[in-house]
Amino acid sequence: MIISINSVAISSQLSNKITANTRKKVQSIIMQRQYVIAGISGVALVGVMLGGCNPLQPEEDTLTIYSGRGEDLIGPLIQQAEEDLGFNIEVRYGDTAELATTIMEEGENSPADLFFGQDAGALGALKQEGRTVTIPSEILNKVDSRFRDEDGQWMGITGRSRVVAYNENQVDEDELPDSVWDLTSEEYRGRVGWAPTNGSFQAFVTAMRLVEGDERTKQWLEDMNANDPQVYSNNTTTVEAIGRGEVDMGLVNNYYLFRFLADDPDFPVQHHYTRGDAASMVNIAGVSVLDTADDTSQAFEFINYLVSEESQTFFAAETKEYPLIPGMEPPADQLELDEIDPPEIDLGNLEDLEGTLSLLQEAGVL
Amino acid sequence: MNKSFTKGSRGKLFNFFNVNRKGQPPLFLLLIASITALGMILPPVYLVLRATQSGVDEFLSILTRSRTLETIFNTLSMVAGITLLAVLVAVPLAFLTTRTDLPGKRFWLVATTLPLAIPTYVGSFALLAFAGPRGSVLQIILEPLGVDRLPSVYGWFGVVIVIGLLTYPYIMLTVRAALLGMNPSLEEAARSLGYSQRQTFFRITFPQLKPAIASGSLLVALYSIQDFGTPAMLRFDSFTRVIFTQYRAAFDRTLAAALALVLMLLVMGILLLEFKLRRAGATYYTTSSGAMKPPTIIPLGRWKWVALLFVSLIVFLTLVIPVGVILFWLFRSTLFGGVGYTSFQAVPLWEIVWNSIYAAGLGALVATIFAIPIAILSVRFRNRFTTILERCSYIGFGTPGIVIALALVFFSSSYAQFIYQEMPMLVFAYLVLFLPQAVGTIRGSLLQVNPSLEESAHSLGRNSWQTFREITLPLVRPGIISGAMLIFLTAMKELPATLILAPIGFKTLATQIWQATAEDAAFATAAEASLLILMISSVSTWIILSQEKKAS
Repeated sequence: MIISINSVAISSQLSNKITANTRKKVQSIIMQRQYVIAGISGVALVGVMLGGCNPLQPEEDTLTIYSGRGEDLIGPLIQQAEEDLGFNIEVRYGDTAELATTIMEEGENSPADLFFGQDAGALGALKQEGRTVTIPSEILNKVDSRFRDEDGQWMGITGRSRVVAYNENQVDEDELPDSVWDLTSEEYRGRVGWAPTNGSFQAFVTAMRLVEGDERTKQWLEDMNANDPQVYSNNTTTVEAIGRGEVDMGLVNNYYLFRFLADDPDFPVQHHYTRGDAASMVNIAGVSVLDTADDTSQAFEFINYLVSEESQTFFAAETKEYPLIPGMEPPADQLELDEIDPPEIDLGNLEDLEGTLSLLQEAGVL
Repeated sequence: MNKSFTKGSRGKLFNFFNVNRKGQPPLFLLLIASITALGMILPPVYLVLRATQSGVDEFLSILTRSRTLETIFNTLSMVAGITLLAVLVAVPLAFLTTRTDLPGKRFWLVATTLPLAIPTYVGSFALLAFAGPRGSVLQIILEPLGVDRLPSVYGWFGVVIVIGLLTYPYIMLTVRAALLGMNPSLEEAARSLGYSQRQTFFRITFPQLKPAIASGSLLVALYSIQDFGTPAMLRFDSFTRVIFTQYRAAFDRTLAAALALVLMLLVMGILLLEFKLRRAGATYYTTSSGAMKPPTIIPLGRWKWVALLFVSLIVFLTLVIPVGVILFWLFRSTLFGGVGYTSFQAVPLWEIVWNSIYAAGLGALVATIFAIPIAILSVRFRNRFTTILERCSYIGFGTPGIVIALALVFFSSSYAQFIYQEMPMLVFAYLVLFLPQAVGTIRGSLLQVNPSLEESAHSLGRNSWQTFREITLPLVRPGIISGAMLIFLTAMKELPATLILAPIGFKTLATQIWQATAEDAAFATAAEASLLILMISSVSTWIILSQEKKAS
């Protein structure tokens, strides 16, 4: 019996061994191929780690810009500037607010020398954090005092006006509002689009607060909110919706329409300007030089370049924004700044976004 | 039988490759997992540091405002709706493409995985272009019938549809992996005992799928809770909007951090919920020693047409419509006779494509490698520490990308400048963001491996490292592959971390799309980049899935 049990044990061990052997063989073939793959990946990884390390910061001759303005818009200008000014320019493109926050988060180790923002709010926030340096007055004075910081911490490069864009098939000329206050009346119920989360809208509300006071602004916001406004996420989506006929009109910036028209000349949207109220305000896209700049003279040279006639003409022609140096033509097919009659507001005060936010939240808009 | 244990416990105190005492995990696993854990901790630490700087009154006033509470409730209901929709779509699809004789299975498999490659706001645009209240395809088609305005797709309904339909592949892939790894003999036993196909499915197959469904749903839920783009575009007031308002409008990082911590708490709540739902002690592997046969293919018969209809409907909604919208964008100017708005590109397109593949590929590789130890530890060496480790790896996935990015900016620019804004940092960001995708799939595969296989390897004289290499790794291969693929697809369309942490001038297709549509209207450029993402994703999905087929 012991012998038979042993033989059973041995034979089962044998068969186990045989299947174990074949299994191991098959596995080793698979493992070989996996070793090759693993080897290649390992080499790639090591290559990245070594190549990615940056022991020195070779930033000496390079101007590093963080730009909330898109590469589409200013890329050609940057290339030209590199040629004309003779130094390397590297740009990190991103969202204005996120980049400003990144600069603040980076602190004194920030690689950024200059910040180019889509609106004054971000510039003001950097100023408040104490991250900016004073721009020399000879450069500052090239733009009107309305369009720069009174303490010289930032300056505007181009202007954008707020407009009421409307669908020409769904809105008659006589239906267009004379001022933004009209929009709260019954005839505009459900017909107006806005984007409360968008920076330029919030700048517009801040302007309204400065011109009209908090109480009146809050009243307007509440009345508008009760008038069934169509909410969009930003300017592009608002204009796109107006074009589709989903909403009759909307409060947007002036330069979006022309992108759409480039694709489709029959795009059924037109611009209308209200007069003298915050809805026709002019906001700026501007720059500030950061305290972490290695070479501020390079940064100042670049700003000087941006407010030269060639660059300002570029902005008017290509990005359809208002040049800010005196004596220049407005972008084609758009009203002169003086004709728009924007309200007299100190854009520096647009920094008070916290107040605007609370107001928007109190009114139930945000 | 105790050879390996005595070999290890004699000699050095810490044997790197061996199990020290019974139940103690090998050190090499712990070490790698701890490195990962370190990375996971950075975002919460950053948030706490910043949050404590914010004013408590301000924080409390925002938090206790009724609108905020309403928003939190809305967000949770949105997450629930999305998860439910995703499960309802994913489970039948996984079953149909794995276990039935559906014609063109390989094609449907790739087509139903691809929605992961579509950035969610392209999906939102697609929804509006197709079914928006006015001027959309549907409305134009129905106009002759007198339909002037369609019911609004904005709000809760729209968000649930878009995110649910674009994230269901998370669940589908994990369920698929589970189905492939299942031992069919259980089902055959049930059939032989007289149960019908349906009964077998619900009593035998489905319960075994529960962990896979749970882990996939977790990914869907966490993705939806941190997504900002879709609720923003479809006008749904989610909690992430409250956070983003602080970043974007008030430039208040401290308040934003405090609110992000609240979001993290919600995420941990969801993690706890999923953990409780998992029947922790259940066995999902087979205890029989029979060889693994390929699963039986269920003939559909009459139901083939219904199945095909279902699958086509899903692919139509999730692929055809978005691709249609993208093509419309591409040819907009040609269609309307405009001059076209060409955007300036300093970096040639092929380089952008290569960058995308490179960054996403590296991210997938690294994240998967680091996911393996965590998965193994949480399944084979379950204790409080390893469970917390596994749970914490999910936090990065449920946190908005901008928060992770800022956390890494904070630490890296202060303490690790040599890799700040270099590739290793970006890859590390992808690790923190996407690691749980691989952890989930590998866990799912590992749960189906009988631990006695590894034990017998030990008894044959293998140490832990060899067991891991020769037994465990090959058997969890489906999980590893699915995990890597998921990460690759998601990393390709990652945006906020890439914008902030990538080397300057390093453009990816995702950043290209964003540039073209965020403050501009260069639809053609966005369309180009979207199509390329889709093409790369289809090709890589196809390749990887066909490898899978060959291996099994």
